[in-house]
Amino acid sequence: MATKTSQEYEELIKGIWRENPVFVQVLGMCPMLAVTNSAINALAMGMATFFVLVGSSILVSSFKSLIPKQVRISCFIIIIATFVTVADYTLLALVPTVHKALGAFIPLIVVNCMILGRQEAFASKNTVRLAALDAVGMAGGFVVALFTLGAVREVLGSGSLFGISLFGDSYSPWVIMILPPGGFLTLGLLLLLFNWISLKREQFLDAVTAAERSGI
Amino acid sequence: MQDLFWIFISALLINNFVLSYFLGLCPFLGVSGSLDTSFRLGMATTFVMLVTALCSWFLNTYILIYAPYLRLISFIVVIASTVQFIEMLVRKLSPALFRALGIFLPLITTNCAILGLAIFATNRSYGLVEGLVFALGSGLGFTLAMVLLAGLREESELSDIPALIEGTAMNLIIAGILSMAFMGFSGLFSAA
Repeated sequence: MATKTSQEYEELIKGIWRENPVFVQVLGMCPMLAVTNSAINALAMGMATFFVLVGSSILVSSFKSLIPKQVRISCFIIIIATFVTVADYTLLALVPTVHKALGAFIPLIVVNCMILGRQEAFASKNTVRLAALDAVGMAGGFVVALFTLGAVREVLGSGSLFGISLFGDSYSPWVIMILPPGGFLTLGLLLLLFNWISLKREQFLDAVTAAERSGI
Repeated sequence: MQDLFWIFISALLINNFVLSYFLGLCPFLGVSGSLDTSFRLGMATTFVMLVTALCSWFLNTYILIYAPYLRLISFIVVIASTVQFIEMLVRKLSPALFRALGIFLPLITTNCAILGLAIFATNRSYGLVEGLVFALGSGLGFTLAMVLLAGLREESELSDIPALIEGTAMNLIIAGILSMAFMGFSGLFSAA
């Protein structure tokens, strides 16, 4: 029982850092860069992707024995497209302004390679429970990455967060950050930071093991 | 006529799919290792885009006026099956071309630039000719961006780069600088 719980925990937690879909696997980049010019857009996009990924993972893993192997990709895509259509119309009804700002990028969640990747690599091979946990973890990691990027770009590019001004009138915004080049540059630098932290962590762990060994 | 030229230049340079709409980033970052392959992939994508423009116009005009909520699903299904069909056709008719395109032809289905093209063309309610010109411009713009990045990457392989920044991080920063250069084109036309 204990091992089962720990495996479930492992599936849930791995998406946040160790196998983060954006920073480690570099998947789902298109929506990632296009909608992160403000924190609120990034969050809305993250929520929509979260819903689609968790919903389609649960559905795919429950129907996995019914889907013929030859046409599985098409089946996954149709399931994903259905959830995206639901998310699209829900956002249109609840938050029309955000829906307008995201524009064509909501329908484009369908071709987010991260979602199809999880169906193919995980949901179609595991139980519903594990697939749901995995989807929640991966989507969580995606939301974290999306929000970080959106917040950094909004703070630098317009000097505000969620539309609330942070620095007062004397701050002159770094406009390039909310324009397309800023997206590439910020994500590049964030990846660099992520690599650096991972490297330092590894070195630290190595040093600890070495110290333990020499101590014993 | 002027309108068509305008659509073409705008899709090619000003609103370049990759560098200002962030569409098709997966092949842009993944396959841009060598100049030759990225050029071939770009050409294959342009071809699929033209076919998609044709299909999406047909769907929009004759079918989707009755059921707008099926737009997304029907687009993706039609694009995927058209690509599959073209692949079979090319293999039968011209094995040389099929070998040249290789694995890229089926992979293009999941390129978000293709679905993006269909959605943008629908949102702006382009007609058939406008849609085709838009597809041609976007496809060539995608090729241009791919070839530029591949050239820079080939060049950078010869220089001494810190291991930490190598790979995706550096490609993204190069892409950022490219995108900044492309922003210079935005003054080309006054009207948006």
